[in-house]
Amino acid sequence: MKGLAQKLRTGQVTSVQLVQHYLDKIQADDPKVQAFLYVDWEGALAAARASDERRKLGKPLSPWDGIPIAVKDNICTVGMPTTCASRLLEDYYSPFDAAVIERIKRAGLPVLGKTNLDEFAMGSSTEYSAYHITHNPYDLSRVPGGSSGGSAAAVAAGLCPWALGSDTGGSIRQPAAFCGVVGLKPTYGRVSRWGLVALASSLDQIGPMGRTVEDVEILFSLIAGYDGRDSTSLPDAAYHCSASGPDTLAGLRLGVPEEFFGNGLCPEVAASVRRAITLMESLGAQVQPISLPHSAYAIDTYLTLVTAEASSNLARYDGVRYGKRVEADDAWDMFRKTRTKGFGPEVKRRIMLGTYVLTASHHEAYYEQARRVRSLITQDLEDAFAAVDVVVTPTTPTTAFRIGEKQDPLQMYLSDSYTATANLAGIPALTLPCGFDSRGLPIGIQLLADHFREDLLFRTGRLLERILGEVGE
Amino acid sequence: MTGYEIRIGLEIHVELATNTKIFCGCAVEFGAPPNSQCCPVCLGLPGSLPVLNRAAVEYAIRAALALNCTINLYSEFVRKNYFYPDLPKAFQITQDDKPLAVNGLLRYYLGDELMETQITRLHLEEEAGKSIHSGESIIGSEYTSVDYNRAGIPLAEIVTAPTMNSPAQARAFLEQLRLVLQYAGVSDCKMENGSLRCDANITVHPEPGMRVEKVEIKNLNSFRALERALAYEAERQVRVLERGGTVMPETRTWDERAQKTVRMRVKAGAPDYRYFPEPDLPPLELDAAWIEEIRSTLPELPLEKEARYQEAYGLSTYDTGVLVRAPQLAQVFEATVAQGRDPKFVANWVTGDYAHLARLGGTVSAEHFGQLLDMISSGAISAAQGKTVLQEMFARGVSPREFVAEMGFTVIADRDFLGKVIREVLTGHPELVERYCNGEDRLLGFFVGQVMKATNGRAEPRLVNKLLVEALAEGRNWQPRAE
Repeated sequence: MKGLAQKLRTGQVTSVQLVQHYLDKIQADDPKVQAFLYVDWEGALAAARASDERRKLGKPLSPWDGIPIAVKDNICTVGMPTTCASRLLEDYYSPFDAAVIERIKRAGLPVLGKTNLDEFAMGSSTEYSAYHITHNPYDLSRVPGGSSGGSAAAVAAGLCPWALGSDTGGSIRQPAAFCGVVGLKPTYGRVSRWGLVALASSLDQIGPMGRTVEDVEILFSLIAGYDGRDSTSLPDAAYHCSASGPDTLAGLRLGVPEEFFGNGLCPEVAASVRRAITLMESLGAQVQPISLPHSAYAIDTYLTLVTAEASSNLARYDGVRYGKRVEADDAWDMFRKTRTKGFGPEVKRRIMLGTYVLTASHHEAYYEQARRVRSLITQDLEDAFAAVDVVVTPTTPTTAFRIGEKQDPLQMYLSDSYTATANLAGIPALTLPCGFDSRGLPIGIQLLADHFREDLLFRTGRLLERILGEVGE
Repeated sequence: MTGYEIRIGLEIHVELATNTKIFCGCAVEFGAPPNSQCCPVCLGLPGSLPVLNRAAVEYAIRAALALNCTINLYSEFVRKNYFYPDLPKAFQITQDDKPLAVNGLLRYYLGDELMETQITRLHLEEEAGKSIHSGESIIGSEYTSVDYNRAGIPLAEIVTAPTMNSPAQARAFLEQLRLVLQYAGVSDCKMENGSLRCDANITVHPEPGMRVEKVEIKNLNSFRALERALAYEAERQVRVLERGGTVMPETRTWDERAQKTVRMRVKAGAPDYRYFPEPDLPPLELDAAWIEEIRSTLPELPLEKEARYQEAYGLSTYDTGVLVRAPQLAQVFEATVAQGRDPKFVANWVTGDYAHLARLGGTVSAEHFGQLLDMISSGAISAAQGKTVLQEMFARGVSPREFVAEMGFTVIADRDFLGKVIREVLTGHPELVERYCNGEDRLLGFFVGQVMKATNGRAEPRLVNKLLVEALAEGRNWQPRAE
C-alpha cells in the first residue's frame, strides 16, 4: 500500500485510474468469485475524482487518499444498501454511516461496494447468504470461509486492495486464512461498533483485511479510535503504525498452547504452523509450550453467548419500522410471517437456540454457565500473557472446504474452534498465510497478544511474513 | 369487610424531566408532532447503540434520595425481551436484580395519622413508544399507529412493599410520592399526561398473613381512579370469598366509564422476558462523592416543611397543608414572612385570595405582596380594598402602592359621614330594621354589607360595625318616621 501511496503522491497513477482498475477487475472476475453484493460503480469513481482534485490542490486527506476499499455488508453506509445478506433487509438503506465509514472517508478512501457474508454474519462459509454463495479464488468449488467471505475473497482475487470485515468468533480470521490473506480481529473496544449491525454485541469487532501485514496495520490505524457513540469504546483506542523495528524476534516470548494442536487439526495445517514457529525461533523468539486449559470449552461457550445475544439483537426485525414486511391480520401474525419469510434457516436456528438458553428455566444452566466459563477462558489468557508475549496457534483446523460439504451445522461451528477464544477474552488476534496444503489451498497462522498489543502482533507478523517469503512457502 | 385484611402494593413509573432521552440526544417535549423527536437510536435502527444520559442517572438518584433509598454504587442494565409494535428494539433496557436504589421509605399523613411505607426498589429504564389504536385495543383494531417520540424517555420505576391496608392509604401514599418527586424537581408527575403512572396489586386475606393470590390493576390514570379501583376490587374479592370462591391471580383493568375493574388476562405463569445483561452498556458504577453532591442540592422535603411551619410559625394543619402542597405558595409565604410579618395573617392571605388568584394564572412578587399586606395591616386600606388591589396586581401586574394612590383608595373613618350613610341604609330598609329590633341579630351583617357597598368598600369595617350597633340600639326605640 505504501507503493500505491507513493505512486499517487508522485502522480504516476490517479485515484480514478486505480478505482477504474478495480472496477474492471470486478466486472471481469466477480461473476466467478461473487464476492460483492453491491458495487457502487458511479459513487466510487466520483469519490476518486474528488480525491484526484484534492491531490491536484496539494491537499490530500491522508497518504492513502484515493486508495479504494471494499466493505462487508453488515456495516452501515449512506447511499448504498446495507442488507446483511438477508432478505429481510433487501431494500434497507441506512440513514447514517458507520463510525468506521466516517473514518475511512475522512482518510479519502473511495468505497467500491459491499461484500457478501453469511446472513447477519452467522456462518463460516458465506453459504448462508440469502443472495448467493461466494467462491474461494484459490479453488472456485470451495468456500471462502465466513462470515466475512466476500471481503476475504475480494482481497484474494485482487478485486480490491483491502477491505473491512467483522469478527464475532472468527469471521475475519477464518475466511482470511481460507483465502490466503491477512486479517486482524482488534482488541474489543478499539474500533467503534457504531453502525455495525449487531450479531453479538459483547463479541463483535470490525477489523481490517489486506494482502500484507503492513497493509492491515495501516488500515487498522485508520479505523481505530475512541467513539462516544459506542459505550464499549475505549478512551485510548487510537493506534499509530509502529516504526519498523529490529529485524529479529530476539527476546520475544512465544507461547504454543498444545490444546490447539490436538484432535481435529488437519496434519498438513499442523505441519505448516509448526514450521512457521520454527522459523520464528530462528529469528530469535523463545518458544515455550503453554496451556490454555479451558480452551476446549471455547466453542460451546461462544455458541451459547452468541446465540443468546443474537436472539435479542435480531428481535427488532419485526417489519414495523423498516425492512421487509409480510402483511397479516394482526401485529403478532405480522411479526411471525415477516420473520418466517425474512430470515434464512441458520438465522432461525440461532434465534431459537439463543431464545432457549435465555429462558428462565435454562438461563442458569446455559447462559450463566457460559458467562462463568468465559471468565475462566479470559483468566487462562491473562495467565498466559504473564509468561509469554505472543501466543501462536493455527487459525483454522482445516483449509477451505468444498461448497456444500458441511451440511451439519455443528461441523460448521467447529471451524471457529481456534478463533472464538480471542473474542471471548476480548484480545487482539492476527492471522496471516503461512503456507499451502497439498491441494494448493492457503493455510493461516494465528497470533494472539494481550489487550492493546496489536503492535506486537504486527511486528511479529511482519517478520514472519518476510522470512516465509524468503524461504519460500 | 370487617375481618378481612387488605394489602396493597404499588408500582409507579415516573418520567424524568431531563432535556433529552435516556440513551440518545433526542429532545423530550410533550405534545410534539408524532415521530418528530426520533433518531436511529430511539428507533432501534440496525447499527445504532445506546449511550447513557448522565442527567437521567442524576435525576433518578435525586428521586431515590428523596425517597430515602440506599443507592447502589454498582448497578446493571439488562434487556427485557418482548415483542410489541411500540418497542423499537423488541427489548426494553431496564434494570433487574442489580437496581440503582433499594430500601427506601416514604412517610405521609392519612388524615391525622402519620404512616410509612417501605420502597422496595427504584430503578432506571427507558420508555416505549406510544401505540394509538384505531379501535379499543391492538387486537381487533383495523390499524395501529405508533408515535416513537416517547420511546427512550427516561423512567424511574418505583416499587413499594405490599403493606398498605386501604385504598385511601394507597391514594395518600401516591399523593405524597408525587409531592416529594415534584419537590425534588425530577418530574412534573402529571397523571393526565402519563408522566406519573401507577399500577396496583391487591390481596384480600380472610385472616392476616393467609396466603392468597395477587390481583394486579392497570389503567389507573388519576388518584381518584386508584382509590375507586382498589375499593371496587377489595369489595369484589370479599364477595368472591364470601360466596366460598377463590380469587384468581389475574391482571385487571379499571374501566373508568363503568367504574369497575375488568379482567384483562389470567396469569398463566409469569411471562418470560429472558433477561440478560445489556452488552452494549457497561455496568453503572457511581462515585459516592457525586451522590453526596446530589444529596446536598436536595431541597427541604414536604414533611420537613410541614413540621417547620407548624413549629416555627404556629400555622394550622389546614394552612400548612395548603402551603406544602403548593410549593410556589410556600415560597411566597416564606419570603413574605421573612420580613417580620405576622405568619398567621400572611398565611390567611396566601392560602386564601393569593392561592385563588394564582390558580387563575399569573404571579405576584413577594415584595409587592408584602407591601399590600402592610397597607392592610396598618389600616391604610381595608381588607375589602386589599382584595381588589390584589386582583389588579394579578391581572395587570401593578404595584400596590401606585395603584392605591392612583385610585385614591383610602379608608373612610369619618363618624359623621358614616352616620349619614348608615341612616340612609336604615331608612331604605324599614321592614328589616323592624325584624332586627324584634331580635334577628344576624341581619347586622346585611346592614354592614350595604354600608360597605355604598362606600365602595372604603368604610373601615370595625367602625361601621360599631356605629351600626349603636344606631340600631337607639332604634330599638327608633322608628322611621312615617311620611
